[in-house]
Amino acid sequence: MTRGSPYAPHTEAETAAMLDAVGAADEESLFDIPEDVRFDGEFGLEERSERDATTLLSSTLAKNKKLTEFLGRGHHSHYVPSLVNDLSRRSEFLTSYTQYQPEITQGFLQVLFEYQSMLVELTGLPVANCSMYDAATALAEAARLSNRVRQASGHRILVPEILHDGKRSVLDNYVAGTDLTVETYPMDDGNVDVDALSDLADDEVSMVYAENPTVRGTIEERLTEIGELADEVDALFCLGTDIVALGLLQEPASVGADVVVGEAGALGMPNAYGMGLGLFATREEFLRQVPGRLVGASEDAGGKRAYTLTLQTREQHIRKERATSNICTNQAWVALRTAMHVAYLGPDGLVDLAKQCVTDAESLAAELSELRGVRAPVHDRHHFREFVVHTDQPAKAIASDLESEGFAVHVVSEHKLQVCVSDLNAPKVDQLVAAFEEVL
Amino acid sequence: MDFDQARYARDDRYEPLLSEKNAAREEIDDSPLPDELTRDAVELPGLSEPELARHYTRLSQMNWSVESGPYPLGSCTMKYNPSFTEDVAADPNAAIHPDRSPRTSQGTLELLYELQDYLARIGGMDAVTLQPPAGAAGEFTGILVAKAYHESNGDDRSEVVIPASAHGTNFASAAMAGYDVVELPSGDDGRVDMEALDAALSEDTAALMLTNPNTVGLFERDIVEIAEMVHDVGGLLYYDGANLNALLGRGRPGDMGFDIMHYNVHKTFATPHGGGGPGAGPVGVVSELEPFLPNPRVREKGGNYRLEDAEDSIGKVHGYTGNWFVLVKAYAYIARLGDAGLSDASAKAVLNANYLAEQLDYEVPYEPFHHEFAATAGDRDAADVAKRMLDYGVHPPTTKWPEFVPEAMLTEPTEIENRDSLDDLAHAFNAAMADSDEELENAPSRTTARRIDQVGAARDPQLSWQALDDE
Ligand SMILES: Cc1ncc(COP(=O)(O)O)c(C=O)c1O
Repeated sequence: MTRGSPYAPHTEAETAAMLDAVGAADEESLFDIPEDVRFDGEFGLEERSERDATTLLSSTLAKNKKLTEFLGRGHHSHYVPSLVNDLSRRSEFLTSYTQYQPEITQGFLQVLFEYQSMLVELTGLPVANCSMYDAATALAEAARLSNRVRQASGHRILVPEILHDGKRSVLDNYVAGTDLTVETYPMDDGNVDVDALSDLADDEVSMVYAENPTVRGTIEERLTEIGELADEVDALFCLGTDIVALGLLQEPASVGADVVVGEAGALGMPNAYGMGLGLFATREEFLRQVPGRLVGASEDAGGKRAYTLTLQTREQHIRKERATSNICTNQAWVALRTAMHVAYLGPDGLVDLAKQCVTDAESLAAELSELRGVRAPVHDRHHFREFVVHTDQPAKAIASDLESEGFAVHVVSEHKLQVCVSDLNAPKVDQLVAAFEEVL
Repeated sequence: MDFDQARYARDDRYEPLLSEKNAAREEIDDSPLPDELTRDAVELPGLSEPELARHYTRLSQMNWSVESGPYPLGSCTMKYNPSFTEDVAADPNAAIHPDRSPRTSQGTLELLYELQDYLARIGGMDAVTLQPPAGAAGEFTGILVAKAYHESNGDDRSEVVIPASAHGTNFASAAMAGYDVVELPSGDDGRVDMEALDAALSEDTAALMLTNPNTVGLFERDIVEIAEMVHDVGGLLYYDGANLNALLGRGRPGDMGFDIMHYNVHKTFATPHGGGGPGAGPVGVVSELEPFLPNPRVREKGGNYRLEDAEDSIGKVHGYTGNWFVLVKAYAYIARLGDAGLSDASAKAVLNANYLAEQLDYEVPYEPFHHEFAATAGDRDAADVAKRMLDYGVHPPTTKWPEFVPEAMLTEPTEIENRDSLDDLAHAFNAAMADSDEELENAPSRTTARRIDQVGAARDPQLSWQALDDE
């Protein structure tokens, strides 16, 4: 066997015959690269057997400490059923690409159509695309959408002062090339300070962004007012959420949301070091301004319903610098996993899971509050999955001691921690509480 | 080859939608929240596990993939995605939360750090960020880095120059970063027209975006001179890494004078991107631009890895660290192949493209190409020829792009095909070309669906099962 790529099947004889067929003396002569920019091929990278490569990776990854994570703040996961892992790995799904030839890729198109439909149901908005990269870029794309459809109305984007750093920074970068400016409005005990927001909102605003649940896990109580407020100044109301919360909390359309963004990867994916699936849904009115790919139903020559990518004149490969977004490769395979997970849960399973996110957080907060020098939740609100904890002792020291006990929690500020509970770590809450007691 | 794709059909549709199999409704009562904070009900499909298993298995059978057969989409580098990389990424130790302390995520940080190093070596770059989640996001990142660099020099530049033959994302990314796009016409030889370039470059030029070999597979032989011209006006040279599979071990963008590049990890480094993604678009830069890369950077000292924010950084382009699992798979691929495997991948990719082109009854106007070539369908409609190719059991090439090649069929077989499968592919090309206009117009007939009405889909958008006309 020759040394080379294990995934290039050529035998030596075959290579020789093929070179002969193209009239080339050797492989090198096929490269039309001037001498002065030729490279000698020495990256200094070792080749390995599959087994050795696997061992290398698994021993490197084993350096991650085994921890029970009570972490959230924008990146969440729930138990992923085997069906999702198993079927999403079918190579017909896994090793395909964008459906440039819909007749031969009906399977994936239908999956994406079903994914879009699930989001339509959950958001109450009639148009959902088949993925953005993550929640942060979805929010940023929403701001750019507002710039296109509310150009006349203004250039101010209002966001909560307490917002995930990653989201804020991505948003700033995505609007840097526009005349949009991002400003913050104050929060009141974890939720939107609606009066303060009202004072800030004027005709110059093109989008108001709020989250439900917020990054601190609180559930908004005045979404309808926020929606009306945005409406009055002719601004878009963009609501950030996640796919599980959508199963229980107020339906975004019912509170006047014009765009819904957020993380859909909370279903279908394990903890993924931040890799996500950006959900993006909006109103019919903005259909032709939507970023990203859309799958639509049509008919084939045999008169049967068939699916295809559609409204592509919005996209970069046709519209170039006037496209609604630069996105091309997206998160389709993650959307497949998420759709499978939603289908697996069904409406009852999804609602139950979402209810559990409320009750588990509530009971853990109550248990922690029993401890001396601890108060939880800090905010007098309802919570979803997570909540902020006040600690009399320095939060950092507590978190670090908890880490030594095998638990990870967020440090929010000097005397504040944040704790997130889901079906994955719920069986270990008693141990977490015991560890808290230990380290206090 | 005789080919029929799986087709589950009944009445006026193929496999029914989940919602058509069983729509269920869950009223929200007994809620732990006050009524006014919850929705009333959720309506979603309610199916059992065996029903779902069958649904998704059938849908998978109605989908073409690299493992089904040739997938020579030009510019997309549809290579085989090694199975072991899936197992590696499924390691429970990889499934961690991004807000863990660095102390408890040393394995992840080490892997990221090493991948940065691998990519830097492969591209001839000094520093790499792994954050951009796809090629287009890499372009956007790179252009923001260029902008930050110019601004740090008190230099206000307004234009990005891009060849007409470039990928659509290049234009869109530059525009998103706030630049005016100056389009460069293609030269008669299919390469950059040096006179046109000279005319396009000015003190306003922030960057020139190029891919090399270009989108018809030609190496830009004047690359050193091009770099000089761009640098002479104070601009930066950007490399679109989509075509890196042509160059592995033979040439490095950094050595050619490129200042910034993105890597299309899901192309060159074989990570699966089923149905259209996820990908990853790491960005490499020369040392002068390193301070502007996205935060945080992974750093190492004495075998200890940490995350560090830099003051001059552009900030973030993804909420976290990008598409982590994709990066794990890319690392696994590079660790498996090493120098010899990577160089061989390019050699065989270029050999395969040349061999395939040789077997075709099509004109290939631009030569010498590398890993891909643009054949022309001449007086036939390239899109129709492509539809007919489906009936011969292969996926057709990218059609009608780049636009300067009439009826283009941009073909990239990659290194994974052997001679027999290239011969099958060539047969599909040639047979389709020999078929009658009527056969072309009526194609495909062996795929799950027959020719789909695209115009109708756009005229009357039905984007969800809720919106179906026939409901
Ligand atoms: C030449 C070229 N540039 C850029 C891109 C964009 O990369 P991505 O799809 O990963 O965003 C592509 C991919 O489709 C491409 O072919």
